[in-house]
Amino acid sequence: MIEIKISLVKNVLEANERIAAQNRQFFADKGVMAINMMSAPGAGKTTLIEDTIRSLKNELNIAVIEGDIQSTYDAEAISATGAQVVQINTGGACHLDANMINETLSQFDLNLVDLLIIENVGNLVCPAEFNLGEYCKVMLLSISEGDDKPLKYPVMFHEASVLLINKIDLLPYVDCSIEKIRQESLKINPDLTIFEISCKTRQGLNDWHDWLKALLLK
Amino acid sequence: MHELSIAQSIIEIVTQDMPKHNLTKVDTITLRIGEITQVMPDALLFGFECLSKDTSLDGTKLIIETVPVKGHCKTCGQDFVFEDWPYGCPECGQADIQIISGRELEIVEFEGS
Ligand SMILES: Nc1nc2c(ncn2[C@@H]2O[C@H](COP(=O)(O)OP(=O)(O)OP(=O)(O)O)[C@@H](O)[C@H]2O)c(=O)[nH]1
Ligand SMILES: [Mg+2]
Ligand SMILES: [Zn+2]
Repeated sequence: MIEIKISLVKNVLEANERIAAQNRQFFADKGVMAINMMSAPGAGKTTLIEDTIRSLKNELNIAVIEGDIQSTYDAEAISATGAQVVQINTGGACHLDANMINETLSQFDLNLVDLLIIENVGNLVCPAEFNLGEYCKVMLLSISEGDDKPLKYPVMFHEASVLLINKIDLLPYVDCSIEKIRQESLKINPDLTIFEISCKTRQGLNDWHDWLKALLLK
Repeated sequence: MHELSIAQSIIEIVTQDMPKHNLTKVDTITLRIGEITQVMPDALLFGFECLSKDTSLDGTKLIIETVPVKGHCKTCGQDFVFEDWPYGCPECGQADIQIISGRELEIVEFEGS
């Protein structure tokens, strides 16, 4: 038998990219802005989404996709706000992929929806590698995780358009320099928009709301 | 953990391509992986070995070539290889860098009979 060599040069994730492009087209056709929200477990994604839905109730129609390895806790919390929500259980997978999003789209009535927030699986690494068809990536870092995280997990900071530094109400209790987080994140990604927020005291949330409203005018 | 999904994609891409070249057996698949693509080579090799067992790629070896991080500094206008991304430009220290390579995750070629 002759040994043959095939040159291929193909992106391993091209199937994911293809479906992400379909999702992106679908969102554009429906006039929905989709954002992919990422963070380590427990940084406050669900809390922020609930608060955002309630705060902007009279201005924006928000729908949510909840990604978790298992359980429906987060979807139940969102459902209590009255917003449309679909839970994806990845059954072990550490990230959402474009196909998982694609399969949920038929379960929404997106005609009246302005903003679709996709809460990714809590993980600072893997979600950054998979595009879902979102307009942009938003990440949270809670200050109790430590100010060394940008340089330890730089890829997610590089991919995100927005960084929400959450739980700033805990500043008196943790050794964390917000200035260091800011400086090192901007070193990785000079275009990053940064907000300092607390979902508990609601400090800084107005700026986040203004950013979202401006995004929807695009 | 996402190395398993990546291994699965590699298997799908190559097994779909094999019939076009009348290949029944693949000895090696060469991959090009950027230094800041978050893939652990050992986890990928192990995932591939497990998932390929029941496919025509049982016994196929993965060869991984690492692509260094290259960037263009928008401040001083030069291109560099970054030994320690993301610590700014090695020449002027500024942070405004456009990444040119280092995020690859590609199949480059495969060999078989
Ligand atoms: N003190 C304080 N606690 C907060 C704040 N935001 C969220 N929390 C708490 O942090 C915990 C985790 O919040 P979640 O919203 O569940 O975090 P998550 O990122 O959705 O977590 P996963 O979905 O498991 O990845 C909850 O007990 C929240 O009440 C904040 O700004 N300050
Ligand atoms: Mg959550
Ligand atoms: Zn420079």
